[in-house]
Amino acid sequence: MSKILVIAEHLGGKLNSATARAVSAAVAVKGEAIDVLVLSDAPDAIAAEAAQIDGVSRVLTVARPENAHPLAAVLAPQIAKAAAGYSHVFVPSTTFGKDIAPRVAALLGVAQVSDVMSVEAAHTFKRPIYAGNAIITVEADAAHTVVATIRSASWPAAATGTGSAPVEALAIDVALPAHTRFIELKQGSSDRPDLQSASKVVSGGRGVGSKENFDIIFKFADRIGAAVGASRAAVDAGYVPSDLQVGQTGKIIAPELYMAIGISGAIQHLTGIKDAGTIVAINKDAEAPIFEIADFGLVGDLFKIIPELEQALG
Amino acid sequence: MKILVGYKRVVDYNVRIQVKPDGSGVVTDGVKLSANPFDDIALEEALRLREKGVADEVIVVGIGPADLTAHLRNGLAMGANRAIHVTTADAVQPLTAARVFLKLIEKEQPGLVILGKQAIDDDANQTGQMLAALWDRPQATFASQVEIADGKATVTREVDAGLEVIEAELPAVITTDLRLNEPRFIKLPDIMKAKSKPIDTIEFGSLGVEAHDHLKTTHHAAPAKRSKGVMVKDAAELVAALKQKGLL
Ligand SMILES: Cc1cc2nc3c(=O)[nH]c(=O)nc-3n(C[C@H](O)[C@H](O)[C@H](O)COP(=O)(O)OP(=O)(O)OC[C@H]3O[C@@H](n4cnc5c(N)ncnc54)[C@H](O)[C@@H]3O)c2cc1C
Ligand SMILES: Cc1cc2nc3c(=O)[nH]c(=O)nc-3n(C[C@H](O)[C@H](O)[C@H](O)COP(=O)(O)OP(=O)(O)OC[C@H]3O[C@@H](n4cnc5c(N)ncnc54)[C@H](O)[C@@H]3O)c2cc1C
Repeated sequence: MSKILVIAEHLGGKLNSATARAVSAAVAVKGEAIDVLVLSDAPDAIAAEAAQIDGVSRVLTVARPENAHPLAAVLAPQIAKAAAGYSHVFVPSTTFGKDIAPRVAALLGVAQVSDVMSVEAAHTFKRPIYAGNAIITVEADAAHTVVATIRSASWPAAATGTGSAPVEALAIDVALPAHTRFIELKQGSSDRPDLQSASKVVSGGRGVGSKENFDIIFKFADRIGAAVGASRAAVDAGYVPSDLQVGQTGKIIAPELYMAIGISGAIQHLTGIKDAGTIVAINKDAEAPIFEIADFGLVGDLFKIIPELEQALG
Repeated sequence: MKILVGYKRVVDYNVRIQVKPDGSGVVTDGVKLSANPFDDIALEEALRLREKGVADEVIVVGIGPADLTAHLRNGLAMGANRAIHVTTADAVQPLTAARVFLKLIEKEQPGLVILGKQAIDDDANQTGQMLAALWDRPQATFASQVEIADGKATVTREVDAGLEVIEAELPAVITTDLRLNEPRFIKLPDIMKAKSKPIDTIEFGSLGVEAHDHLKTTHHAAPAKRSKGVMVKDAAELVAALKQKGLL
C-alpha cells in the first residue's frame, strides 16, 4: 500500500495553499496514509494549520534553526531521511518545490516526476511537456520511491477546517551543510490578492507601454478585487517585478477569471493560463492570437476600454 | 577557474509542437532545433565572467546523438573555449544527465557549473538540482543576478514571493532564469574561428554512468483545447456578460 509524504510549503509562519493542493494529489493516490512534513525553525503554528487539512493522517515537524529559510541544500537531506518508509514524496510545483524536490530525488537515487496534472494510478501520472503542448503519461518504477512535484493549477485545495490530525515532532539525525546561506528575501509588499491563489487576475502586457501606465492595470484590478499578473515582455521591460510573470517560465495559475490586457497571447504565456475558468482578452489588434482562446474578446485601445469598464461597473 | 556550461539542443521555441496521431511522441522530424534558451543565457553568463577575469575557461557540454556537433559549434562561436560532447543515441533523463555532469566535474574540476533552469522540451527543471545533490555542493537555482567574489557566489533568485538572495561557496551549481542576461548574437568571423576550437567526444558508455531510468513515458496526447469564445462589441457588453456569469 502507498504511504505519501507531502512537504509543506510555508512563508512567514503561514502555510501556503499549494500544500493543500498537493494533499489533493496525494488523496488521488488512494494510499493508506498521508503525512505532512513541516520543516521550520518554529513549526508549531504551521503544523496546526496543516493538521486541519482533510485527508491528512499525521503532521510531522522538524524544528531546527537551520530550517528558518527554505535552502534546498539544507532541507533536502532531512526530507530524504524522513522519506524512509514512504512510497511517495509529493512537493508543490512552486519555486520552493522545484528547487528542493530534484535534490531529494537525487539523494534517493530516483527520477522525479515534474508537474503532476493527474494521478492515473499509484505509479502512473500525467504531466505536461513542451510548454503544455503535449501531455505525457509516465509510469514510475514501483520498486522505488516516487518523488513528484504537483502542478498546483491542476488540483483544488483539499478542504480545510474539519481535519484534526495528530502532530508529532520528528528527530532527524543528519549533518547539514553550511556552504549555502540565506541573505534576504525582497518581497513586493502588497495588500492585493496573491497571484497564485486569487480567483480573479488582471494581467498587463507590453501593450501597457510603461511602468507608469501600469497603474491603470493596478487600479482596475483593485476595483474588481483581482490579483495583478504580467507577460514576460512587461516584466523584461521593467513595468512590474518578476514575481508577477505568468507563463511557462513564470507562474502557472488557474483563476476563475483571467483578463489579458495588451497581451498578444504567445504560447509561453498561454501555458500559464490554460486552466483558467474564463479568459477575457482586450487587445487593439483583432488578429492577436490571444483571441483564439479567449472566452470573451474585445478589440480596442486598452486606455480607452479600461475607463469604460470602470464606468460600466457602476 | 573553469566554468562548465550545459548546452542542450531542443526544438526551437517558435515551433508549434504536434503530437503524433498514434501517441508515440511529438513530431521532431524536420523541425527547427536550437540551443535551449536558458542554456544560451548560461553560456552568456559564463562568458561575461571570463571577460571580467573571474574565469579563464568556459566549456560547453552537450549530451546527445552524433549530429550534435554543429550545435556545439554554435556554443564555440558564441565564445566557449572548448566543447565536450557525450555521445548517446538514447534520450537521457535528468538524473542520468546529472550523473554525466558529475563525471565531467571529476575530470575537469570546475569552480562553477551553470545550467539552464529548465529545458523547454521536457520542462523537467531538475538537472542542476540533482547535480548539486550528487556533487554535495550548493545550488542557486532560477538566478537573475550573479556576483562572484572571494570564493563565493552571491545569487539573486526569482522565487514566487519575490527576489531571494543567497550566498553559495564555490564550487557550486547555478541555474539560469530569463532575466539573468541577454545572450549575444553570433558573428560570422566567430563561426570561422569556432571551426578550429576543440570538441572532445566521449562515448556515454565509457563514463560508467548507470542509466537505469525509473520513468517510462507510455503515451503522448495533445492537450485539451480551449475553444474560441465570442467577441463583444464594447465595455458595457463585456461587463454584462461577466456579471451574468457571476464573475464580477
Ligand atoms: C524560453 C521562453 C520562455 C518564455 N516564458 C514566458 C512566460 O513565462 N510568460 C510570458 O508571458 N512570456 C514568456 N515568453 C515570451 C513570449 O514568447 C512573448 O514574447 C511574450 O509573452 C510577449 O508578451 P506580450 O504579449 O506582453 O507582448 P507582445 O507580444 O509585444 O504583445 C503586446 C500586445 O499588446 C497589444 N497592444 C499594444 N498597445 C495596445 C493598446 N493601447 N491597447 C490594447 N492592446 C495593445 C498589441 O496588439 C500586442 O498584441 C517566453 C519566451 C521564451 C523564448
Ligand atoms: C518522449 C521523449 C523523447 C525524448 N527524446 C529525446 C531524444 O531523442 N534526444 C534527446 O536528447 N532528448 C530527448 N528527450 C528529452 C530528454 O528526455 C530530456 O533531455 C531529459 O528528460 C532531461 O530533461 P530536461 O532537459 O528537461 O532537464 P532539465 O532539468 O529541464 O534541464 C536543465 C538543464 O540541464 C542541462 N541539460 C540537461 N540535459 C542536457 C543535455 N542532454 N545536454 C546538455 N545539457 C543538458 C541544460 O543546461 C538544461 O538547461 C525526450 C523527451 C521525451 C519526453
